[in-house]
Amino acid sequence: MMALAVDVTRFEGVPMAPPDPILGVSEAFKADTNDLKLNLGVGAYRTEELQPYVLNVVKKAEKLMLEKGENKEYLPIEGLAAFNKATAELLFGADNPVIKDGRVATLQSLSGTGSLRLAAAFIQRYFPEAKVLISSPTWGNHKNIFNDARVPWSEYRYYDPKTVGLDFEGMIADIEAAPEGSFVLLHGCAHNPTGIDPTPEQWEKIADVIQEKKHMPFFDVAYQGFASGSLDEDAFSVRLFVKRGLEVFVAQSYSKNLGLYAERIGAINVVCSAPEVADRVKSQLKRLARPMYSNPPIHGARIVANVVGDPTMFGEWKQEMEEMAGRIKNVRQKLYDSLSAKDKSGKDWSYILRQIGMFSYTGLNKTQSDNMTDKWHVYMTKDGRISLAGLSLAKCDYLADAIIDSFHNVN
Amino acid sequence: MAALSRTVSSLSRRPQLQGLQSARQMSSLFGHVEPAPKDPILGVTEAFLADQSPDKVNVGGVRLPLRTPSSIPRSLAAGAYRDDNGKPLVLQCVREAERRIAGNLNMEYLPMGGSITMIEQSLKLAYGEDSEFIKDKKIAAVQALSGTGACRLFADFQKRFLPDSQIYIPTPTWSNHHNIWRDANVPQNKFTYYHPESRGLDFSGLMSDIKNAPDGSFFMLHACAHNPTGVDPTEEQWREISHLFKAKKHFPFFDMAYQGFASGDPERDAKAIRIFLEDGHQIGCAQSYAKNMGLYGQRVGCLSILCDDEKQAVAVKSQLQQLARPMYSNPPVHGALVVSIILNDPELKNLWLQEVKGMADRIIGMRTALKENLEKLGSPLSWEHITNQIGMFCYSGMTPEQVDRLTNEFHIYMTRNGRISMAGVTSGNVGYLANAIHEVTKPK
Repeated sequence: MMALAVDVTRFEGVPMAPPDPILGVSEAFKADTNDLKLNLGVGAYRTEELQPYVLNVVKKAEKLMLEKGENKEYLPIEGLAAFNKATAELLFGADNPVIKDGRVATLQSLSGTGSLRLAAAFIQRYFPEAKVLISSPTWGNHKNIFNDARVPWSEYRYYDPKTVGLDFEGMIADIEAAPEGSFVLLHGCAHNPTGIDPTPEQWEKIADVIQEKKHMPFFDVAYQGFASGSLDEDAFSVRLFVKRGLEVFVAQSYSKNLGLYAERIGAINVVCSAPEVADRVKSQLKRLARPMYSNPPIHGARIVANVVGDPTMFGEWKQEMEEMAGRIKNVRQKLYDSLSAKDKSGKDWSYILRQIGMFSYTGLNKTQSDNMTDKWHVYMTKDGRISLAGLSLAKCDYLADAIIDSFHNVN
Repeated sequence: MAALSRTVSSLSRRPQLQGLQSARQMSSLFGHVEPAPKDPILGVTEAFLADQSPDKVNVGGVRLPLRTPSSIPRSLAAGAYRDDNGKPLVLQCVREAERRIAGNLNMEYLPMGGSITMIEQSLKLAYGEDSEFIKDKKIAAVQALSGTGACRLFADFQKRFLPDSQIYIPTPTWSNHHNIWRDANVPQNKFTYYHPESRGLDFSGLMSDIKNAPDGSFFMLHACAHNPTGVDPTEEQWREISHLFKAKKHFPFFDMAYQGFASGDPERDAKAIRIFLEDGHQIGCAQSYAKNMGLYGQRVGCLSILCDDEKQAVAVKSQLQQLARPMYSNPPVHGALVVSIILNDPELKNLWLQEVKGMADRIIGMRTALKENLEKLGSPLSWEHITNQIGMFCYSGMTPEQVDRLTNEFHIYMTRNGRISMAGVTSGNVGYLANAIHEVTKPK
């Protein structure tokens, strides 16, 4: 049957959205036909052969789940209980008093993004006067999340381009200057995009100023285990704040450390002063989640619960994580070695070694980053961030050439 | 002042004082956060699970009293299908799809809009296998977090690009619809739908409200198997509604959560949508695979919006992705893989069609059985509506007080609007249920 023409459009005023600065990079990479192309855009781990990696322990868990033949019923709004328990214990440590006392409200959420969004919606509803302080720079999507949740934000100094390191004085000053009761968004470990983390002493001072100003610490933990290779070591900053008796928000994700990217699995955790507070907070987080997606997807949660719940699999996971973090450390070293050997200018590239985690802030500016892509077919984000997870030892020399050329020969 | 604060800071770093700090517990910043009210649907499951009675029964899943131990907790009160033993059902086609997936595929991020193959297949289901809108690429579509996520994305899109618009929602409707548009900050209106006296459709009231709404209003329509009433317009009534929509230049947004599950035939269940498309409407559609593929917890669905042309569809899709990015970045892969494997494989798709028909047939059979049981018990009331209504739910017409009696005296759990999830009725317990309903509704 022939359809009549639609005579009215309501969508004339809908413009084309700009490509996402991070996810758009992969799309551009795919379209490139050059053999030398290198994708250092999105933070997704690759093997030395530059293939995606499904952890063996995850394959095991999936086979196990298939054998068990579990059903696919709706999870409760707060998610899978076994998953929530495992996640809180992983973050805070199983013997942490906050867990024993039942003071943590945990909701399974759609990975880091979903956790942040739930927290943002909660802030908008219950702290409508407050603003969030985010690091300059930070993961691009942080701003989108707070914008769409209508939570005002401002930046605190973080990255110092002169040293390609942390502007610690600036950071403390900006946090101190903010109105009392602000939310301070902190990267738990492996800062994205810079790879620059505060030292333990610096963390103490950050906690001091946050405590003084009665700010709310709000951690984004996307790389636990992936930074140093140790789950506990990478949780140091979060645990430090919790130990001080502070109420803390922690958004957490298993995308990278369990390689579960597309399963969208993570959690929002709120450490509260008392169990009944945690109950109330949890109930309101649920109320925000219900009109967003009703209840969270089950598959990733089951994988995590299976892996973390079984001592053998948990041990295997820790092993694989160490290997992934290890590969990245090796690649980081090789890149530094190649740069130092090839760059005759005497420039000090050691800041690359001081950074940690999946990313490295090369110090390249936008024009130089464009040169990386246009001339060398190296795909990265325009802020100079490269994902070492997408780099192999074999490609380090090529990359070094590209970086040296872009740095010295382009404005 | 600075010196004092430095002293305070250095003091707080000392171990013994740190301990004191924790023990003393700062007063909470969350003092003003009230406990949320129980969700009217999901809260019922929680109450059910807390009930210690061996006789308890959950009409979202009615079980044999006494016999079946409740050692395995089940979320039952929501509309989730049960087989004739009262057990959750995983479709064979789904198990096979999972066998093909398990441990084999990587879990890389999907593109922002979700799985392309799943979206293509979903559009064919909703718009028709040979739809020219699909061929001409006029439909902006993204994978969404089941029906909820699809509705929410649309509501957010409406807020951002049509900020003066409101949404008309039927009375009654799935309670979460109100939450969704409210949290998206889109003002809501209600339109007449259910006719309590006949337990059917108030067609004249419906048409009147459509006519009285300002031209160009946005309406949310249930494509089939209306939730919670089970009352659907007839084909003829749909045509009249569509014509009036045309005259009023209204925008129809279809929530289709039960395609295939209502009549057993997905094509038939999409009839309302096809009528509107034939009449030249520009529609929006939320689809869910929660019920018809039993993928509830996987959260897989699709949001589509029919646009003027391909260029506009690309722009609209880009904006939907832009809305999704700060909510969850990209949608979960597992459920989407299951759906695409099934719908792309002719044998698996046939198996699915058989299985979904099986589920629909079983429910239709239980409707008949419940009605006949009530008649046999000598109930003087009319129970025609049980078999007139369609889909997972039956709007029984019972009052909240009667529902409370069902819960307190018979340990039967259902939502207080009198909605029964027929999916949970089995041949083993339909007698018990009929008896209880008769007890609380019979004239004194």
